Amino acid sequence: MGNAILQVENLVKRYGDVEAVRGVSFSVEEGEVFGLLGPNGAGKTSTVEILEGLRTRDSGRVSVCGLDPQGNSQALKHEIGAALQSTALPDKLRVIEALRLFASFYKKRRDPEELLERFGLEEKRQAFYSQLSGGQKQRLALAMALVNDPKLLFFDEPTAGLDPQVRREIYDVIEELKRDKKTILMTTHYIEEAERLCDRVAIIDHGKVIALGTPRELKTRSGGTTRIEVRLSKAECNGTLRNLEGVVDARELDGTYVLHSQRPPQTIVSLVKHLESEGNELVSLEIATPSLEDVFIEMTGRRLRD
Amino acid sequence: MSNFASLTHMRIRLALRNKMFFFFSIVMPFIFFFGYLGFFGKSVPAGAAYFLGPVLALNVMGSFWGLSATIVTFREQGILRRFHVSPVRASDLLASSVVANLALTLPTVILELLLARLIFQVRTLDNLGGIFVLVAVGTISFASLGLVIASVTNTMQETQILNQLIWLPLIFLSGATLPLAYLPRVVQRVGLFLPATYLVNAFQQVIINSATVLSRYTEIASLVSWAILTFFLSMQLFRWEPETKIPRRAKLLVLATAIPFVLLGVWENRTDRILQESQAAFGAFQTVLDSLRPGMRMTLQPGSAVNAPKPPK
Repeated sequence: MGNAILQVENLVKRYGDVEAVRGVSFSVEEGEVFGLLGPNGAGKTSTVEILEGLRTRDSGRVSVCGLDPQGNSQALKHEIGAALQSTALPDKLRVIEALRLFASFYKKRRDPEELLERFGLEEKRQAFYSQLSGGQKQRLALAMALVNDPKLLFFDEPTAGLDPQVRREIYDVIEELKRDKKTILMTTHYIEEAERLCDRVAIIDHGKVIALGTPRELKTRSGGTTRIEVRLSKAECNGTLRNLEGVVDARELDGTYVLHSQRPPQTIVSLVKHLESEGNELVSLEIATPSLEDVFIEMTGRRLRD
Repeated sequence: MSNFASLTHMRIRLALRNKMFFFFSIVMPFIFFFGYLGFFGKSVPAGAAYFLGPVLALNVMGSFWGLSATIVTFREQGILRRFHVSPVRASDLLASSVVANLALTLPTVILELLLARLIFQVRTLDNLGGIFVLVAVGTISFASLGLVIASVTNTMQETQILNQLIWLPLIFLSGATLPLAYLPRVVQRVGLFLPATYLVNAFQQVIINSATVLSRYTEIASLVSWAILTFFLSMQLFRWEPETKIPRRAKLLVLATAIPFVLLGVWENRTDRILQESQAAFGAFQTVLDSLRPGMRMTLQPGSAVNAPKPPK
């Protein structure tokens, strides 16, 4: 291991009888973008909020910038920057005032004017928070996370609820931070986001890390196969589909058959032949290159976007 | 600038941009001011002087209302969480709320004092220092009460209900609306357990009789200790997140804040000092009214305090 700026070992968090985080371990190196990928309710936000010092943990060891968030939360807050989920600013606070106000809380500060420019908010300088669009609010949230020039950034679901175009805008912003070698821990339930932005990803489900590595490693581990999704007019037996040419795995998910193939053209030809002989018909067919979604499906039998 | 100063500055700025603030903290107080001094005080200096105390007390006490609403809104909308992830401490946030409230109350109070002197010819405003001490102590203690209300309620609706439940007895049983001397005996007895009663009476004594701050030490000491207790409690109860539960130990502390005025209430119910003072102040105003315009005396049956000196006929 190189220079870990953040280390988590066997982290556990309970809410009453519910164990939201069940022994999560990972570490983040300086200068990398690390993603926690998982469905809603997987325990990502709880994990991140423990690391930010907002929540207490039930057990496990945590070190963030060399500090324990539970004992040293005040010192830690000077070292980190965060864009939280479900947060807001007062409606009648102006954009520039928000940046100046939050900058004033820190020992180390960046010029708010420069942040406005960098996040494309110069025109909204004097706008009230309530007048901003969803994308602008999110860009302001990211800009505010940088007011203290932090060593480590936390972005919790930075594009949740934004439309695809705005989401790509936010990706550009994060990619720029990545080029600046900023260390970022982000959570997301979007495959595309994790694949595009993260150097390494931990896939989380039901409070546990089920896979960890670079997006490429994870995809290779899932077999590097092509995913073929078909809907049929009549039900089929998975076993039969698994015997098609080139198929290494076949599962049924919500009425869709998901086949993993090493030789997609041959698989499709043999699928069509098989269906003809059975008197069955293809309703739809989709072909996708391997993604982290496949890793998730393989490990949990469920789709990530549920 | 310290976190406390930055936050105070922000709160003042936000309040001045808020239409609700404008109505409740500027328009309403002046409606009360002109209504009380002009109508109930019959626009005579003695009447205006008598009712200026209740008007200032209402101004000061109203601070808990807006403050509890603001903090609950901040918590519900996730604004407090944003501050929580920065180096801001709960004490910075709470103290800045109280101080911003005081700063926003002062201009209204100053303008009311000026108008009382210029329009209603109230000439007994010599002890301005005393008035401002009471404004400060009163605002701080009632603002702290607002912080506690914000912590023990979960939604805006709950906050407004609790505000109403506290506000109504405060204004009707304390002499802040109807003169204490007018209230039935049993209500007077209950009123002696309310901080509002002492605030109203202290204002009246300082305005009408130019009483010194030192001579009002009982009221001031109780309000100060109450302010310290409620502020301390608000720090114990403070929640950044809507879903955080209040520790049971902290709920018990709510009872502790009642101690200063329970003690004072028991003492005052034995001595009847406050009741006598308020009776005398009211009597003096009535006498002036009688001498000026016979027949203008208010006709409600006043409740009488034990051994209260009767106003001179």
